[in-house]
This record gives sequence, C-alpha cells and structure tokens, in this order.
Amino acid sequence: MRNILTLAEKELKLYFISPIAYVLAMVFLMVSDYLFHSQVFFYSTLSSQAMRAQGNLPQINLHEILFRPTFLNMSVILLLIMPLLTMRLFAEEKKGRTTELLMTSPLTITEIVLGKFLAVWFLYALLLGLTLHLPLMLSHVTYVAWKPLIASYVGLLLMGGVFLSIGLFASSLTENQIVAAVISFGILIGFWLIGMTAQTVSDSSVGEVFSYLSLIDHLDNFVKGMINTRDLTYFISLTILGLFLTHRVVESQRWK
Amino acid sequence: MIEVMHLGKRYGETAAIDDVSFTVAKGEILAFLGPNGAGKTTTMRILTCFMPATSGTAKVSGFDIFESPMEVKRRIGYLPENPPVYPEMTVSEYLQFVAKIKGVPHKKVGAALASALEKCNLGDVARRLIGNLSRGFRQRVGLAQAMIHNPDVLILDEPTVGLDPKQIIEIRELIKGLGGEHTIVLSTHILPEATAVCQKVVIINRGRVVAVDSQERLSAQLRRSEKLSVRVRRGEAVDPQKILSIDGVQQILPQPAVDGEGVFIIESELGRDVREELAKRVVESGWGLLEMKPLAISLEEVFLQLTTEEKGVEEAAAAPVADGGVAV
Repeated sequence: MRNILTLAEKELKLYFISPIAYVLAMVFLMVSDYLFHSQVFFYSTLSSQAMRAQGNLPQINLHEILFRPTFLNMSVILLLIMPLLTMRLFAEEKKGRTTELLMTSPLTITEIVLGKFLAVWFLYALLLGLTLHLPLMLSHVTYVAWKPLIASYVGLLLMGGVFLSIGLFASSLTENQIVAAVISFGILIGFWLIGMTAQTVSDSSVGEVFSYLSLIDHLDNFVKGMINTRDLTYFISLTILGLFLTHRVVESQRWK
Repeated sequence: MIEVMHLGKRYGETAAIDDVSFTVAKGEILAFLGPNGAGKTTTMRILTCFMPATSGTAKVSGFDIFESPMEVKRRIGYLPENPPVYPEMTVSEYLQFVAKIKGVPHKKVGAALASALEKCNLGDVARRLIGNLSRGFRQRVGLAQAMIHNPDVLILDEPTVGLDPKQIIEIRELIKGLGGEHTIVLSTHILPEATAVCQKVVIINRGRVVAVDSQERLSAQLRRSEKLSVRVRRGEAVDPQKILSIDGVQQILPQPAVDGEGVFIIESELGRDVREELAKRVVESGWGLLEMKPLAISLEEVFLQLTTEEKGVEEAAAAPVADGGVAV
C-alpha cells in the first residue's frame, strides 16, 4: 500500500509540474460551464412558458431538464479529454527509460499499475470536483435536489474509472503518447457508438445487449438518481478488466 | 556475493548470451568487458530481474533471481546505460522518490538522501531540475539513485559512456571509492577503464564468456603464451610429462570433461607453433586425439575489438585540476 501511494504521489507531482493538468482543467470547465449556461437559458424559457400556460402545468423538474443533459454532455467532453490525461502514464516511462528503474525496484506490477491509476483517478476527481460550483451557484437562487446530484457524481466518478483504465491500457501498449491517446479514443468512441446503435437496432434482444454495453446508458441511470448494482457491476468490472489487461501487457513486455 | 550459473537468453533463433557463468566476491569490483553487442547489457538486465533468462540462473546475496526477485531487487542498485531519471523533477525530489520505492523506511529517507548527495557530490545541484543538468551530473544522479538504499550490489551499465574526459575520471574515482563497501559489477568496452577501476575482469564476446581473470594476468597471458585446447578419448591415460617435454610447451591444465574423455589446455611460447609435434605425441601415445583448437585467438579477437586507447583521458588525468572543476 505504501508503494502504491508513493507511486501515485510521484505521478500527481508530474501532472502538476507539467501544464497538462491546468490546461485540461481550464478547457473542461469552460466547455462544461458553457453547456450548463445554455441549459439554464433553455430551462428559464421553458418555465416562463409554463407560467403563461396556466392550469395544466407540465412537469418541470430542475434536475431532469437542467442537470441530466449537462452531465450527459459532460461525459462526451470527458471522453475526448481523458485519453489526454492517461496517454503519458506508461508511454513516457518507456520513452524516458524509467521503466528500468521501476521494474528493478522491489515493486510488484500490480502496485505500479494501481499507483498510476489511483493518481490519475484522483486528478479526475479533482477536475470533477471543480464542476460542483454549478449546483452550488444554482442553490443560491433555487431549490436543488442534492441526492440525485450525489448519485450523478458517483456515476461520473465510476465512468471515469472505466475511461482511465482503458487509457492506461492503451498507454501500456506503446511508447508513443499520441498513439496511446488515439488507441483510447478508438476504444471509448467504440463504446459510445455501441450506445447509439442500441437505439436504432430493430431487434429488441440485440438492442438490449447493445444498450447494456453502452457506457452512456449506464451513466444515465446514475444521473437519473438511481444507483443500481447492475450499473455498479458494469463500471467496476470494466475498470478492473482495463487494469488487468494493463498488468498483463506490462508483465509480457519483460519477456520481449 | 554474486553467482551466475550457465545463464542464457535467446531472442527467437538468436542467442544474446549463452552459458555465461562467473562469480563475484564481496567487496570486489568486476569489469564486464566486451565489444558492443556482446551481451553485457542483457546479462545485467537479467541479474537485476528486469528480464528473465531463458536458461540458467543466478544468485545475488544468496537469493535466486527467479525464486525471490523481490529480495534480489532490494539488494541491488542498478544504473542502466541511460540514467533512468525524470527530467521534470529536482535532484532531491527524484532521489527521495527512488529511496521510497527501494524500500528505505520513511524516517531514514532524509539521511539516505543526504548521504547519497554527499557521496556523489551533488549537494550544489540538489534543488535543480534534472532536465537542466549536464550529462556528467545526470550520470552522477544515476549513480546516486543506484546506491541510495545502500545495496550490497551495484550494477552499472557503461557508467562512463558519453562523458568528457574529466567527468570520466570523476566517475571512476567515485566508483573506486564505492568498492569494498559495495560489490560492484560494471560493464565497459574500454580496456583501460577495466584496468583503472577493477580487480577482476570477465571478458565476453558474442554472448559467451571468453575469459575470467584479473586484468594483469589476462594481459600477461595474452602477451606471453598461446593456448591450445586438446580433447582426447582416453583422459586417464594422458601423461602430462610427455606433453611438457615438447619444446616450447610451458604448461598443461586439465579441464573438466565427460565420459572418460580428457580436455587439456596447453600453453606454449608466443610465436611457436607446437600443434604438429603435439598431435604426433598424442597419436603415438594412443590417447585418441578427438579435437585440437587454438584458444588464444578468440581472446585476441576480443581485445582487437575493444577500445584500447582513450584520447584525452590520460592527459586530463595527468593535468592538475586547475580550472575550478569539481574534484571527487
């Protein structure tokens, strides 16, 4: 455990020394704030219309109309920026020949993989934490339902774990950071396309399989405020699969 | 301290090293001498548990590299050919990180850092970024990294390659100073380096150990005698006197052999070909000559490929350190 924390600390240090953490945080916040802002406008037009249409008040739910689309949009932005966070993790070590240091130190490969994963996951949690200013701001002017928001953040954290473990795997495959990023884009977009296909497939049983595989569909359940074992299992097992594959790749590279 | 037993590593069809065996005693400095591509780095990578061997094994401080790699790793400090540093870190940040992953207890990290900085003369650059340091300083950071956890064994892969003459002398003095306390294996393709620093030399060529001896005796042998290896069918029957009585033969050394066969290394005066006379004697005595081959050739071949001169280093060593350089 001590080794994992030492490794994680080193990774975090390297993230904050380089501009990458700051640049990504800025871009991510700018885009997600803009999307939130436009959603707020949409919500306010909708509610003023509702006020005029007295009598039959349509169900206007703040969480449903404001936060749910924001989080789903945010997940797409995350899909685009997360590979940029993970691409350096193993590729840079290989390029800089520091793998030799790690592999000849009394560390297990599991410790190395987990150290890197926890570091980048923690960084991601910080990034996500920065978006908390959106509901906090809103809570000054209106009533905000915190419980579904908590579920949404849990979902985003878990989905991020999947993104990051896939990115880590891609990074372990190559010593070129760009190649690592492109591989993880490829895999993540693949998952996203599976979700889109699920909606268009006519055969219901095939559609069900596809929708079970889709990352966004599982995230949507969390965002709606539901924490299911089904979705938990999905995210956690995919994360573990990514980490396991990374472990195998790193181990196999010793034999080449 | 280090026992290497019949180590082999194959990449598909090609063997990088084949049947490499040698031992290093505690406190000894051993040079691993050989031309480029001889298998020096491969052997070192196997010893440090970076990659597994395809055959044979080795023991470091009594721990087998396959059965207890963690124990071996704890006892080894390794400096690869390119120092494994993070250019974005400062020297002391980096060394602290290495100390922690090498298993130095938290409370002792500070002391380990201070002693490594002092031994490698890095005190002045401790707060500088490694990426901004010169090649010589980076190499010293690499050395500091290898010895920060006070390992029994230091394995240094070409520690002076790419340095300027003054830096080379500094690094060598540093390594010499570390001997005695640590057991050191260093690889080099520069003959004078082995002479300057090491007590014992293992010469390796095309993945095979050609000779293991002290540097002085090796070069003496090389100059004074030619070696022949003779294999005969009936080893017990061989009478050494009969061979020694051949004009020019100086020594006969029995070697281990199997199935009653006999293998002998016969040393003779330089420039004197005793093969014809030797073959006659063996055949006449009815020992059953199976094989006869010259040995010294391979050794000479290796020496020819080694770098035997270092331009600049000798002059720099002779000149006093007057230009304000750091003398180690």
